[in-house]
Amino acid sequence: MAAMRDLVGWIETTAISTDIKSHEWIVPAVQSIHILAIAVLMASIVMLDVRVAGFTRSGEHFERLTRRYLPWVWSALPVLLVSGLVLILGEPERELLNRFFWYKMTMLATVVVLTLLIQRSALGSPAQRLDQLPAGRRGQVRAIAIVSLVLWFGIITCGRWIAYA
Amino acid sequence: MALQDVLAAIEATPVAQAIAGSAFLFPTIEVIHVAAIVLVVGTIAMLDLRLLGFARRDQGVLELSRETLFWTWGCFIIALITGALLFSSAATRYAGLWAFQGKVLLLGLAGCNMLAFHFGAYRSVSLWNTHLPPPPAARIAGGLSLTLWTGVVICGRWIGFL
Repeated sequence: MAAMRDLVGWIETTAISTDIKSHEWIVPAVQSIHILAIAVLMASIVMLDVRVAGFTRSGEHFERLTRRYLPWVWSALPVLLVSGLVLILGEPERELLNRFFWYKMTMLATVVVLTLLIQRSALGSPAQRLDQLPAGRRGQVRAIAIVSLVLWFGIITCGRWIAYA
Repeated sequence: MALQDVLAAIEATPVAQAIAGSAFLFPTIEVIHVAAIVLVVGTIAMLDLRLLGFARRDQGVLELSRETLFWTWGCFIIALITGALLFSSAATRYAGLWAFQGKVLLLGLAGCNMLAFHFGAYRSVSLWNTHLPPPPAARIAGGLSLTLWTGVVICGRWIGFL
């Protein structure tokens, strides 16, 4: 924690941090970009994960679904990381000394791995419909998708809660 | 009753008082509002990009709109209810902010655009369902929608900074 405090103190002295702070419009503008990227990511995630989780019809080809939705997720993530980094540089104390920021990062790292697992599972079963997967694997990907959905909404919750903690 | 009186009456309701007086209720409702809005905007953007002919080209417009419609409307209703609750907690203050007024205006325009598309180009969708590029009227509707909803998100976020 002391090291993190030092890091925050150092970031605050950098030119880029003071630049961001000196223009009042930068933080709301970058937060808007951040939310728009979340919209792109979440719409695709929900469409994919509710099907993989078996909440809606699963008579679709697993690999086709991941090819349709996951490119949006992998494109939105770098936008989120860069815009998030700008927000950290502008307000390091608000983010880095906030436990909800670290909950969010932990959940994010976990859910990225889970999403990669879903992708790998789909690539390993080409031309197979979700409801035709072997029962063991079907159960596995269902569980991963359900946990993923919970984590993504947890990330949104913690992200917004940073402003209140 | 003048608008100021209506706003004051909204603020005086027990629900508004409870939200304004609780450190927990406002952020909780806001989280639900944000989660619903990102799904509204994300699913609308999917359809808009298809109407522009940029994405999801392997699916027909009809097929895609059937897929997104449930999410768009379901989440829009949630966003509307949570938005009304957040607004009620400080109705007079919000109503005076340019970002709030802008958000309402852009929402209205997005609604008009949607209606114009629904009763215009969409009526003959079966004729151009899989055409690429889609007809100009569809592309215009998609481009306008994408622009207006981007504006809604920007105004919405700006409300928190005023």
